[in-house]
Amino acid sequence: MNSEAWDAVVVGAGPAGLMAARTAAEGGLRALLLDAQPGSGGQIWRGAVAGQKGTAGDLLRDVASHPGITVMSGAEVMAAETRERAHTLTVTTAAGLRQIHAERVILTTGATERFLPFDGWILPGVFGAGGLQAMSKGGLDVRGKRVVVAGSGPLLLAVAAGLRQKGARVLAVAEQAGLPGVAAFGMAAARLPGKSREAWALAARLLGVPYWADCAVVRASGQNQLQSVTLRRGRREITLDCDYLAVGFGLVPETRVAALLGCALDGTGAVQVNVWQATSIQGVYAAGEVCSIGGVDGALLEGFVAGCAASGQIERLRDAPRRAEIQRRFQATLERSFALRPKRLPTPLPTTIVCRCEDVRHGELRGFAGWTAAKLQTRCGMGACQGRVCGPACETLYGWRFEGVRAPLVPLPLAQLLDEPITLSPP
Amino acid sequence: MPEPTLAVLTLDGRRVTVAPGITVLAALQNAGLSPLRHSLSGEPRGALCGMGSCYECRAVVDGLLVRTCLTPARDGQNVRRLLEVAREF
Ligand SMILES: Cc1cc2nc3c(=O)[nH]c(=O)nc-3n(C[C@H](O)[C@H](O)[C@H](O)COP(=O)(O)OP(=O)(O)OC[C@H]3O[C@@H](n4cnc5c(N)ncnc54)[C@H](O)[C@@H]3O)c2cc1C
Ligand code: FES
Repeated sequence: MNSEAWDAVVVGAGPAGLMAARTAAEGGLRALLLDAQPGSGGQIWRGAVAGQKGTAGDLLRDVASHPGITVMSGAEVMAAETRERAHTLTVTTAAGLRQIHAERVILTTGATERFLPFDGWILPGVFGAGGLQAMSKGGLDVRGKRVVVAGSGPLLLAVAAGLRQKGARVLAVAEQAGLPGVAAFGMAAARLPGKSREAWALAARLLGVPYWADCAVVRASGQNQLQSVTLRRGRREITLDCDYLAVGFGLVPETRVAALLGCALDGTGAVQVNVWQATSIQGVYAAGEVCSIGGVDGALLEGFVAGCAASGQIERLRDAPRRAEIQRRFQATLERSFALRPKRLPTPLPTTIVCRCEDVRHGELRGFAGWTAAKLQTRCGMGACQGRVCGPACETLYGWRFEGVRAPLVPLPLAQLLDEPITLSPP
Repeated sequence: MPEPTLAVLTLDGRRVTVAPGITVLAALQNAGLSPLRHSLSGEPRGALCGMGSCYECRAVVDGLLVRTCLTPARDGQNVRRLLEVAREF
């Protein structure tokens, strides 16, 4: 297996990772920036190109041209371990496995969407909200498609605006949070520098699209393909015929690589960090939505702090605590405003599938005390996605905390495994 | 600037021309090939997350099982949905 050593490895080339890599390299470190996606930019800047106007273009250009940074796209960390302050990541790429050693690791693995099951959510045409956005940035033609956007969080608005810009007909945005929460979030965003202009631009792009707060998804219907969505507003049920349902209930930090390295998580399931973005494991830093869900500005700030801290540029951090405090207050409002409310969440029927990979239904799962027992007896979470979809759903539905992250994080072609034996972290 | 050359893929035996660099998933969906596999209970399933975490978008591309949302479309690729592959068995 190809084996190499770097001063620092940054896992995840979203806003936090790009900023961390650039900052670390400015501090003199030789940094490797890797990402499972075929290109850099992460979820929000997917498809952005180096040199285009704005922060994304600037960062992508700086990272691509900095002599201290090597970018590796299409490279997914499938195993990771820490031994005596040295960290080893095993990465799968189209060309085979690579083993990467580094004294410093910066984890910027972002977040995934929380999906909640309801009748019909398994129909083709039902996508994650961020998922449909990602697909359309990846070339899915949404022109003229009728889309309902539902679930919770400010991402719904970004998605609705993005899809509309690409020519989709957004029929409605259905938000489970109540109007007071949404208004509180709007006010908090307006107080952040730069955000109010962004908010007005978003509002302009959404003119004419109904925004329904206090609204629950009831069911999706169709014969082998989505045909309509039923929503509940107050006591009324509304059914909208549509081509796509984009539905997501907030974001969940993607902590798998952090867990393999032994990093402690906080009470919300995010990676625990101190003011320097240092995790509980020496030499391992984390930044962006893997630490807290707070959008691109927070991710950039944390990436900067992690890059400075990892490369010892403490003098550049003078202003960071003040900016971090503003960001923290914004994140707290975000969390409060869009807290999931059982009454406005979809209610699965006993026959509703919760684990899509293994076809395990709500009726089979509700009796279990926890994740491990359910997994052993029903195979929930043991399919290809390894609980990435049903794990967060079960957390919301049954209060189970997802446990037991093990390498390999990714199913591998046998040929790669046979190439050479790899050390997988012990269970 | 020269026009980027288009990519010609074979999707379930059908030749389709797409803009290069779009994902194989987008190519499949744009061609109307929306369900990608059948579940254990025989129901059609489509892609969900668009970012590599749900594994619902897997298809066989040039003989390898891959997540099509993470796979850029390239000229000459041969793509087969799992529900087509399964028909042969
Ligand atoms: C599907 C989705 C779509 C979104 N779309 C938008 C949008 O359009 N507009 C908006 O304002 N916000 C969007 N968001 C919110 C957005 O994620 C954040 O605002 C911002 O991108 C967070 O930046 P980040 O750097 O923390 O993480 P991300 O941008 O999420 O970057 C994390 C990166 O880490 C990589 N990664 C994770 N695990 C591994 C691994 N094991 N090996 C290698 N690489 C790995 C991922 O591929 C990803 O590129 C979206 C979120 C999701 C989940
Ligand atoms: S659509 Fe979820 S992994 Fe590709």
